Order: sequence, then C-alpha cells, then structure tokens
Amino acid sequence: MSKDETLGEALRRQGITRRGFLKFCAATASMMALPPSMVPAIAAALEKAMRPSVIWLSFQECTGCTESLTRSHSPTVEGLIFDTISLDYHHTLQAASGSAAEAAREAAMEENYGKYILVVDGSIPTANPGYSTIAGISNKSMLLDTAKGAAAIVAVGTCAAYGGIPKAKPNPTGAVAVSDLIKDKPIINVSGCPPIPVVITGVLAHFLTFGTIPELDALGRPKAYYGQSIHDRCYRRPFYDKGLFANTFDDEGAKKGWCLYKLGCKGPTTYNACATTKWNEGTSFPIEAGHPCLGCSEPDFWDGGGFYKALSMPTEDITRAAVYAVGAGAAAGVALGAMNRAKKARAVKTHEKVTINDLEKGADDD
Amino acid sequence: MTETELLLWVRGPALQIATVIFVLGIVVRIAGILMLGRKKNLAEARGSAVAGGLRTILSRSIPDPGTLQRSTFNVVAGYIFHIGLFITILLFAPHILLIEDVFGVSWPALPTPIVDATTVVTIIALLAVLIHRLRHPVMRFLSGFQDYLVWLVTILPLVTGYLAFHRVGIAPPPTLLAIHILSVELLMVVFPFTKLMHTFSLFMARYYNGAISGYKGVKS
Amino acid sequence: MHMPDVTPAMELKVETADALTCNVQPLLHEIRHALARLLDEGGHTVIDLRSLPLAPGEEQQLLDELGNGEVYARLHALGPTEIIESRYPGVWIVVHYNSSDEVIGKFIEVCDIPNLLRSQQADIQQGLEQLQAQLPAAIN
Repeated sequence: MSKDETLGEALRRQGITRRGFLKFCAATASMMALPPSMVPAIAAALEKAMRPSVIWLSFQECTGCTESLTRSHSPTVEGLIFDTISLDYHHTLQAASGSAAEAAREAAMEENYGKYILVVDGSIPTANPGYSTIAGISNKSMLLDTAKGAAAIVAVGTCAAYGGIPKAKPNPTGAVAVSDLIKDKPIINVSGCPPIPVVITGVLAHFLTFGTIPELDALGRPKAYYGQSIHDRCYRRPFYDKGLFANTFDDEGAKKGWCLYKLGCKGPTTYNACATTKWNEGTSFPIEAGHPCLGCSEPDFWDGGGFYKALSMPTEDITRAAVYAVGAGAAAGVALGAMNRAKKARAVKTHEKVTINDLEKGADDD
Repeated sequence: MTETELLLWVRGPALQIATVIFVLGIVVRIAGILMLGRKKNLAEARGSAVAGGLRTILSRSIPDPGTLQRSTFNVVAGYIFHIGLFITILLFAPHILLIEDVFGVSWPALPTPIVDATTVVTIIALLAVLIHRLRHPVMRFLSGFQDYLVWLVTILPLVTGYLAFHRVGIAPPPTLLAIHILSVELLMVVFPFTKLMHTFSLFMARYYNGAISGYKGVKS
Repeated sequence: MHMPDVTPAMELKVETADALTCNVQPLLHEIRHALARLLDEGGHTVIDLRSLPLAPGEEQQLLDELGNGEVYARLHALGPTEIIESRYPGVWIVVHYNSSDEVIGKFIEVCDIPNLLRSQQADIQQGLEQLQAQLPAAIN
C-alpha cells in the first residue's frame, strides 16, 4: 500500500465496504474509550487520515508486550489499525535482521523525519551500554538517535514507561524509563505488564484519527484508559464497601467472590482499564479470576511491599518493635520513678518546718 | 524517592520508629505516674476502693447535668468527635487489618459509607471546636501552643485519610496513602509528650478519684 | 448469544456473587429514557457495553431482560455482526465479531433501525458500477 494513500482509500482498495468501515469506526471508538456518539466524527477523520510510519524499538523486555498486541491483532478490526500504519521496524516481527534491519530503520527515519511514531518497549540499561545492544548499537544511543525525528513516543509496557521489572531492586543494569532519557518529545506511557492490547491500538488509533496525542494523567498515561482505579470500577467493590472479604484463596469469601483487599489487592492504588475492558477479548480480568490485582501498571509495582500483603498492613515487623519499646519503656519508667522518689525523699529530709515564730519574726522585719 | 519507595518507607521503617516512640513514651509516662505512689490511708475503710474506682471510670463518661448546661457546645462537639474518632480508627476495614497484623486480633468492620460519613462529621466537629476555642475569650486565653498542635495532629489523619480514600487528584494515590500514614505517625510521635496522653491518664485519674471516695464509702 | 466453539478442559461451576454491581437496573432505566427520547425527538442512542463495570453474569442478565424480538440479522463485513431487535421494539443489540468469531464490540442501540443495516450510499454507488460493468454495453 502506497505511503500517501489515505486510510479510507486503503480500506476501499482492500475491498472493505462502507458497512465494514462503519463497523471498524464503532469498534475503534469503543477501543479509544470514546462515546459511541463520536463515531461519525471518527469516520470522517479516519477517512482522510494518512498512514503514519511506526518504528518499534525493543530494549530490556520479555516480548510480552508485543505478544499481547499480536495476540489481539489477528482479529480484523484491530489488525486493520496495524495494516494502516506502516510498521517499518520491529526487530522481533520483521523478516530482515542485522544491518538490513537497521538500514530499514534508518531509511524510515530519513523518509518520515519529524513525522514518525516511535514505539518503545523495554527499559534502557545505563550502568553498562553492553548489557543490551541491537546490531552492536547500545539501547541508549539507539533510543536517543531514533527519538530525534519522532513526532511522538509511545512507551509500551511498564518497563518502557517506568523501568518495570529490570528496574526492580537492586536494578543491576541501572535500568531507566524512556522518560528518564527523553525530555523534549511528547511521551505517552501505555503501562501494564503487559498493557491491555486495545489500549496500545487505541493510542495508535487516536493518533491516526486526530493526529494528536490523547489527554494524559500525571504519570503520562492516556486518561481514557487510566482515568479510574481498578478499585473504583471493580465489580467486587460492593463487597469492600460492605466489609466482606476473602481471607484466604479457598475460604467461603473467596468462593462467594468477595473483595480481595485482604489478600493484597492493589486495586485501590492502581489505575488501568482491566475492570471494564478486560482481557482475552473481554472474557475477564485477574480479579474476576479470583486473584488480587498486582498493580502492574504503576511505577515500581515489583517493589511495592509484597503482592499478597494488604495495602494497609505494615511492611516491617511492628509487633516486635512495640514489644521492645514496652520493655525499654518500663525499665526507663521505673528508673525515672525511682529517681523521682529519691528526690522526694531528699526533699522531705531537708525540709525545714516553718514555725509561728519564724513568721512573726518575718512580720517584725517589715 | 519514588512514590512507591515513599509508601514502603512509611509502611515500614517510619512506622517502626513511630511505634517505638509512641509505646516507649506512653509506658515511661504511665510508669512515672504509677511510681509516684500514694500515701497509705490510715483511716478504716468504709467501702471498696476498687469498686468505687471502677464505677467512676464508667460513671464519668456521662456528663453531669451542670456541666452539660454550662458548656453544652463543648460537651456535644466533644462527644461527637471522640465517638467519630473511635469509629473511624477502629471500625474501618483496612485499619482492622493493620491491628490484626500487629496484635493478632480482629473484629467486624462497619460498611465504608458509614465510616466515610462519620469522617466528615468528625472533621466538622473538630473544626467547630477550633472555631469555638478561638472565639471564646476565656478559652482563647487559656489556650497555648500545645492545644493547637494537638488539634492539628488529630485532624490531619482524618483529612488525609478522607483524601486518600476518595483519591482526590492532588497527588498520585500511593502518595496520598503515604501522606495519610505519615500524618498518623506524626500523631503517634507527638502523643506521649502532650495532652493527648489523656487517652490513658484519664482512666487513671478517674480511678484515683473513685477509689478515694470508694474507700470513704461515699459516691464520687 | 453466539459463543465460540471451545471444548472446556474441565467442567467448572462458576458461582455468581450474591451482591453485584447492581448496574443492570440503571441500564434498563437508561434504555427506557432513550426509548422515550426516540419517540419524542427521534434521538438515536448508543450504549457501549464495554465501558461499564458488570459482574460475571450481569451482562447475560441484561440481555435476558431485553429478550429477543422479531428481527435477527447477521452481516458479513469485516467478520460477522449480529443485530437483534430485543423484545422491546426500537431496542437493538449489536454484537461485532472478528473473523475468528471473537467479540470485538457489544452495543445497545436505541433507534428505529441501526445504521449498519441500511445499505450505505458508497456501497450502492459501487454496486451500481459493478452491475453496469456486468451488463452488455448495448443496454446503456
């Protein structure tokens, strides 16, 4: 498909009917978490949209993000989003490798300078450039080089967005997020481990449709998907409000589907679309399967004090600290008390009684 | 320090430090009071000192009609915020989990909307109490720095807890939670060295008063 | 509703929780208001079922409440789409599938006929051209 074809033209050339296009727009609106009333506007915009060039860089990652996306994109509609972009470089997916692949990246950068979208998954090692390289180029220099001509950067996955698991303590590679290295480009963080596939495609669809980046929250994530906490959108929320909790994974509460807060659910501090968008084509999400939320879309989720420890529980042993304090306090209290008593006894001993004569003598002096 | 690290620190080491100061301070002060000792009463007992003491601990919880009439506002607002504190601290599910983790005991929680409403009522009562303190000439005259400090460290956990619960968008939620826990730790650190000690000393004082009367065989 | 043909590895009894999100009743009321609006002003309402928190079983509960009416249509455009008129005329259930029969969108539309059922202007134009091309030139 030619590079200066609009999306509408490309779809028609593929034999997609107007009905198919409308269905595509309805699914895209749903994917972008936009109200269905926006469909006509989306259709008009997509009709005229030009297919953007996308360069995808994979650094310290597990390919889970790519996996999440490609699993979802065999289906036609989300796949179409991918067919309409020009994925010019993705070293896991492309056939070419080594210098041929790098040549493709450089060609795409040159041809679309200032216009292409850079997608990054994985964190970037800073302790030693040799920790992760592609075709002999360190991750850091490849990122800095490729970011220069990008219109926007999409940091896909918690590793690219916040450092993720490579950055977990003790962070042996000195892993950092994309936003730690790039300061002069708009960065959209699509966090999650992995992110929900429609969120990845939704962000690309937004760029495709409106040519702008979506509204972001304080952590650089699109508000449309990360605007509400898992806790607030969770179907088990009524149980939390009623104080009905599962205490173990197989007790009565667990079987009845009660709230998983006590089992360490991070829903209250986690912002993601899992509770409504769900996973596996809308089948369910972890809480629905009976497992507490791990908080994978938040920075440093791996070091958050234990996946199975309730948020309100202390992360260190407080009981022992309290017991020691009682012991030390009692000892100190008794010692202080003894000192006070000694002082009192001394005061009693040295006390001189004032007699009426002393007072009268005093009165005479006046 | 990232927000997760901050939350980890307040839930771990900071809570340990606060607990040590809190417990150590309280034990030292209570031991100090107990060690003062009392002069042996040589008079013949006309009743049970223990019974009188225990009875007074309970009976003083009901305001006497005279006080209620003289300072209705103080009594009513005081009761509201004390009961409110009791409910918000001890009957909120996440708090009970914390207590269970430290002491190994737990009890049923109240539904969160009730605790939520109680928090608002308690905050209002505390604000009213402060306004009253500032506007009443005698109370203002009697108030020192410590009175305002104690008020502040009491209302802070309520306000920060409310913000954390509703995840008001002034900070990311882990930070809101961290601020809430920090405010409680501040309360714990200040507690043993201020008038907040009345939480414990009040029962001792009532017992002493009641025991003296009980020994004499009169009502306290 | 349509389900992909999957043989379960084991039989699992899934219990639905006894207290749910309670979003079914408000949704039905929203549909009622939309129907009234359709009658009064001809307003077209679309509700995206993916944007609402529903507990397991609640979506089915909603669909059961709406029931099946007189119309059942199945389109083939970018994978199948099922369009079913509920037992309440004017309330349509639209489910989009992809070519692997996975649900990609589920909507409730309140209108006299969902847009997707109409023949589209561009498609009619294209059809006309095709028909013309197929017929002997003499007829033109």
